[in-house]
Amino acid sequence: MEPLDVKNYRSLLKKYIDSEDETSLYQADQFSKLSIQQNISPEEIINVHIQALQELYPNLPKEIDLSMNFLLETMISYGLAYQEFQSLREKQGEIESELSVAANMQDTLLSTTKPEISGFDIGAISVPAHQMNGDYHHFVIDSSKNLGIAIADVIGKGVPAALAMSMIKYSLDSFPDSLRTPDVILENLNRVVERNVDTSMFITMFYGLLNPESGLLQFSSAGHEPGFYYCAKSDEFHEIKTKGIVLGVSESATYEQFDIQMEVGDMVVLLTDGVTECRVGDRFIEPDEMLDVIRKYMHLPAQEAVDLVYRHFERLQDFHLRDDFTLIFLKK
Amino acid sequence: MNLEIEVMENDEKQQVKLTGEIDAYTAPKLKEALLPLTKMGNTTVVVDLEQVNYMDSTGLGVFISALKSTKEYGSELRLVALQGRVQRLFEITGLDSVLNIDSTVRGGK
Repeated sequence: MEPLDVKNYRSLLKKYIDSEDETSLYQADQFSKLSIQQNISPEEIINVHIQALQELYPNLPKEIDLSMNFLLETMISYGLAYQEFQSLREKQGEIESELSVAANMQDTLLSTTKPEISGFDIGAISVPAHQMNGDYHHFVIDSSKNLGIAIADVIGKGVPAALAMSMIKYSLDSFPDSLRTPDVILENLNRVVERNVDTSMFITMFYGLLNPESGLLQFSSAGHEPGFYYCAKSDEFHEIKTKGIVLGVSESATYEQFDIQMEVGDMVVLLTDGVTECRVGDRFIEPDEMLDVIRKYMHLPAQEAVDLVYRHFERLQDFHLRDDFTLIFLKK
Repeated sequence: MNLEIEVMENDEKQQVKLTGEIDAYTAPKLKEALLPLTKMGNTTVVVDLEQVNYMDSTGLGVFISALKSTKEYGSELRLVALQGRVQRLFEITGLDSVLNIDSTVRGGK
């Protein structure tokens, strides 16, 4: 069907007026859809209608002619609004594609490789709620073969948060090995964030340093959601207690360092608030419920376990994450 | 998900009563209401959180901005009557050490 072909429209109209059948109405519907695709405005359709009407019934009362002209004028604003809508839709498409370029770039900039360390099994998953991820985790092995683990959450979402994360990553990379104890790392990062980031934005971070030979995990936290330590001997989970203010608020902040001696069968669980603030209907999940889910899967290889825990929470929230979700298992 | 903001002025105090949830959707509205009060200078802004049952980290961002602004303008910011969950968020993030939080009046029902 050729849209806006007066002849075509005229015969459709005639057919309907003569037969009043549903098929012609359906064709009219198709005609309008095609017209929308071809950016034809409502007043142009009315114009075609007027022409077809005049050709079919040359002797229509003058009042009908005039009323059609009147209708034509009233439709003009609709046409303009529709044009505006079209141009917004195009712009939205552009923004979406720019965002997805940025999200890809973020993936590249912030990518981290999960290391293979003998005696340990590591699993990590990080899923953004929207295009850009405000969570961040990073593994790094220093010259003494210690494993550094960072997990962080930028407060303030979207593109600015993602940009702040890149800054954190590159600052982290620039610290020499001699400054790589968790308390010193957080103290230095705090100054970087305080000086460079807008006041309403700040970052929570847990930084751990594992000596794989001895099993000693040293760590400090800058206001980050506490993780859990599973002790195989007592078969119990303990909240990892820490103290320290978020990065970027207090210029002179210092951070206390703690440690855990990991034994075979023990596991450290690191997470962001996307895990603990998971909502089931109208309520929040209780810490014990969350630990029950972790317990259910923790006998599996660490990566499989974090994937399954994520899928469990995703299902629980009807596949709609409210916040970025990051979960790390470190099993000895 | 909604937040009602009620501002009452008495003596040298600006009382702000919040009801609802503070999250990424309502935080901008809170910021818009709170920041001008902190810029009045020589005043105490008291934020009553008794009826706030949920706050996420974006809410913390608003209060930190407000705190920095009160310092700049010689005012004071006080948060009162926090519910357990909200209180916990301030404690975990260590922000209870920089913000003036009065938890003698506990929020919640």
